[in-house]
Amino acid sequence: MKVSIDDERCEGHGRCYAIAPQVFVPDDLGNAQVVGDGTVAPEHEETARLAVANCPEQAITIEEGAP
Amino acid sequence: MSTTDHPPVRDWAGDFDHTDEAYAADPFPIWDDIRASGCPIAHTERYGGAWLPTSHEDVAAIAYDTERFTSRSVVMSPFRPPLEMAPIGIAPPISSDPPFHKGARRLLLPAFSPQAIDKIEASTRAYCKELIAAMGEREVVDAAEEYAQHIPVRVIATMLGFPEEDADRFRGFVKHVLEGVALPLEERAGGMMTLFQYLIEQVEDHIAHPRDDLTTFLLTSEMDGQPLRQDHVVGTMALLLLAGIDTTWSAIGASIFHLASTPAHLERLVNEPELLPTAMEELLRAYAPVTMARLVREDMDFHGCPMKADDWVLLPFPAANRDPGFFDAADEVVIDRAVNRHAAFGLGIHRCAGSHLARMELRVALEVWLEHFPSFELADPDGVRWSGGQVRGPRVLPIKVA
Repeated sequence: MKVSIDDERCEGHGRCYAIAPQVFVPDDLGNAQVVGDGTVAPEHEETARLAVANCPEQAITIEEGAP
Repeated sequence: MSTTDHPPVRDWAGDFDHTDEAYAADPFPIWDDIRASGCPIAHTERYGGAWLPTSHEDVAAIAYDTERFTSRSVVMSPFRPPLEMAPIGIAPPISSDPPFHKGARRLLLPAFSPQAIDKIEASTRAYCKELIAAMGEREVVDAAEEYAQHIPVRVIATMLGFPEEDADRFRGFVKHVLEGVALPLEERAGGMMTLFQYLIEQVEDHIAHPRDDLTTFLLTSEMDGQPLRQDHVVGTMALLLLAGIDTTWSAIGASIFHLASTPAHLERLVNEPELLPTAMEELLRAYAPVTMARLVREDMDFHGCPMKADDWVLLPFPAANRDPGFFDAADEVVIDRAVNRHAAFGLGIHRCAGSHLARMELRVALEVWLEHFPSFELADPDGVRWSGGQVRGPRVLPIKVA
């Protein structure tokens, strides 16, 4: 599983990095960035999904089955 | 606040008024009725013409549409700022439109990033503890007056580098700007002048004595290689002072109100403190304090509503958060709601720039309160008073703590 953030939609609410800090981190402005290339370790998939479901701007996309 | 111009509302779909006492006391059935009426956007001729969307879909669509809805003013009153105020507006970046908005906002964001806010958590916690200690051993305390209202005032005054002893004056400014929308224009303008004169004094003091705070930061910042104009600096200071205070005060108070009136939720949070971050988001959803406003740019039809240039549009994020078309059990507080795409801090480019600060203050305020008062209840349910207008929260909140 892999996640990516649409930088045009992300407004820095910070819900994703509060819920899944292993997968998302804030930049200097408080906008979200994925850790590494966005590949999610299996043990973090559940919290990553929860983080995605809590984004008020619906700015995060999940690519299932990605390496 | 009621004047002869503001008779009590009898028809919420066609003659609404957000300063009506019924709206302050209990807006939820009003929004439900409007949403269920077939036309989810209410109208009024008051304030020179205004609209009130109530569905999440409409509130989001308007928040995202910065072309047709301008932020030239975000507080609805009978007074519309002149067109030449755009795109900067009186309190940038909240009153700014693209493209000016982006740079003005970008400038502020690092000071309000989660990393920056972490650094003031310890001092905020210490202050919350001081407030509790000052209550002494009384049986009943007012959680709004003696606790919630003081926390954001102290925090923002420290961030801006204003004298602590001016706290009562800040609260006066806030009340005037946000709750004084029904006052006669001259009186309202006079109050605004007092606020801006105060801010100019602070600017002059900071020019003479620069120090490590947000005011000096703004005075030494540049946009596009130019120092900020003084009206930009003062406008942003006004925004930080006004937007940071009664909003957070309302969120803290409403959360304490909910726990005081819902013993099962209080017990659960005391037993499972790790649930607080999730519970807090649900309290923000259910009791979102802030409604924003926009002005319609040009005559148009929006979702069947004939909107005219310079009509107001309220953006009631709290109504969007209670829309059953967007949330399951929208009217219930589900204290462990895991999926919660609420819009308490707005949507789109004007997302509350202070949301990380507000969340820290709310979490720390609740942690400290629950630590000292693991058991409490409303001392006088009929004595609770909620502010009306665009920021809703308890202003009188007697709590029996022992």
